[in-house]
Amino acid sequence: MAETDSQLAAVQAKLGAKVIETLRSQGDDVVILDRGGLRESFRLLKQEPALDFDFLSDITAVDYWQKKEPRFEVVYQIFSRARRARLRIRVPVPDNDSAVESLVPLWRGASFLEREVWDLFGIRFIDHPDLRRVLLYDEFVGYPLRKDYPVNLTQPRVPERTVNGTFVDERSRNKLLRLKKSLGSKL
Amino acid sequence: MKAESKELPTEIMELQMGPSHPATHGTIKFNLKLEGEKVLDCDVEVGFLHRGFDKSCEQVTWTQVIPYTDRLNYASSLINNVGYALAVEKLIGAETPPRCQYIEVIVSELARIYDHLTCCGMASSELGAITAGFYMIEAREMITRIVEGLTGARLTVTYVRIGGVKHDLPHDFAENVLSTFKTIRKLLDDCDRLLSRNRIFIDRLSNVGVMSQETALSYCLTGPILRATGVNYDVRKAFPYLIYDQLDFEVPLGSRGDNYDRFVCRIREIDQSMKIVEQALAQLPVGPVWIDDPRFVLPEKEKVYGSIEGLMHHFKIIMEGIHVPPGETYFAVEGGNGELGFYIVSDGGGRPYRLRVRPPCFIAMGAFHEMIKGYMVADIVPTFGMVNMIGGECDR
Repeated sequence: MAETDSQLAAVQAKLGAKVIETLRSQGDDVVILDRGGLRESFRLLKQEPALDFDFLSDITAVDYWQKKEPRFEVVYQIFSRARRARLRIRVPVPDNDSAVESLVPLWRGASFLEREVWDLFGIRFIDHPDLRRVLLYDEFVGYPLRKDYPVNLTQPRVPERTVNGTFVDERSRNKLLRLKKSLGSKL
Repeated sequence: MKAESKELPTEIMELQMGPSHPATHGTIKFNLKLEGEKVLDCDVEVGFLHRGFDKSCEQVTWTQVIPYTDRLNYASSLINNVGYALAVEKLIGAETPPRCQYIEVIVSELARIYDHLTCCGMASSELGAITAGFYMIEAREMITRIVEGLTGARLTVTYVRIGGVKHDLPHDFAENVLSTFKTIRKLLDDCDRLLSRNRIFIDRLSNVGVMSQETALSYCLTGPILRATGVNYDVRKAFPYLIYDQLDFEVPLGSRGDNYDRFVCRIREIDQSMKIVEQALAQLPVGPVWIDDPRFVLPEKEKVYGSIEGLMHHFKIIMEGIHVPPGETYFAVEGGNGELGFYIVSDGGGRPYRLRVRPPCFIAMGAFHEMIKGYMVADIVPTFGMVNMIGGECDR
């Protein structure tokens, strides 16, 4: 208990005004951080010898639609291998400007995790080198893990993609034509 | 002489491998940039098996999530069950009785053996060592039979519950497991003789897919891929859960971070897992397998059919689901492929508000291009095999 209290105090001391709140939830240490200068905060968390949170476990987000303001929270799980201590960072993100700084310069593994959050929640990561959808396809409309996305919503049909330089079977081209004809102007 | 050393003009070729390539078990697409046979760049496309695990879990009660977790990494579904149940128990603040914890350790390790046998068996048969592959699949089949005898299902087990396990071990379980381990050890010895001095096998694996410690840590890798680089991180040792701190086992480490080290790490982990199961079976205490808390546990059938209170209690738990207090938590267990974490947010209702899985395979696929850059097209298959990507978990 004293160990983790000192951990939260150390984080508070190093990050100062960036910390909105520190709390303990079910035995986990949680820090709520301001999203301004987020990468710098994480650089301190990673590189300060007293903190030494050198491993990023996970990045995800939660949508508190009509429950909380600001609407989104991006959640980071980090831990220190040397001290064997976990820490959870929550970063509130408003709906009208849903973007946070990317952590790819610090942990390259953040790339896939941030792409997933972008894909499913539509939260942008500033300076991400390659922010594309990862689990869903490019033509997908909307962000399915937002709470205002109905669970039974169906997506529009997508015409077959032609990729430059690949062999295209004429039969599939006819299929595409048929699809275009049946959908009419919707395509 | 000069004309001979002149390089032939080469053109960078783009090749799409997948999404249903016969040698990649799992639907995944590699967009390759090749110079001759050398891989210059590899863009991994995942998501072909995406079925909205997170969104589906938000629609059902806490207990109904358990069958969904089976379908994450179906090679180690018992570990997923255990991980999810432990995460919810952490949020509730409940601790299961010792016998339940021992059983959960035993089934987790059985699932780990199953997972590693699948991975190593498939990888060796893809490299032409079909016999060794069949031996490992035979060993795996024996584990499946034990799991079937215990849970009634071969893959999608749904055995662990929040606050306990579905039912106690069958009376001949220990005997079965111990005799099976004897056969598995013999089979693994045979595989060892077939593979460990096999020139073709070693040449195809060693110094291929090399990853340094720094790169592996930067890519957030866990599990056998990270341990093959020599980083000693195993959730069972670093953040012990259940009764792992009372058991005696080692964490096998590699040194070079290539495919051969990954293979050896997995094979040695099978040994350690068998050791853990034997210890746990020897120490297995007697007692209940459920927590004594009517808020989370279904009443006995006699009470359900014999009294109105019991029937109401049963009905409430089935229809409304158990009530998990509001809060959030993250809990990680060591899955077959690495840290399998569950981040759960509850708003106090009968359903999860948000349920997130940290999928070790997905993160490993994010680092795949780094493993394969500079190697040959033919090296993709063994490297991909040693990552052990399971579509159900990678794409959720």
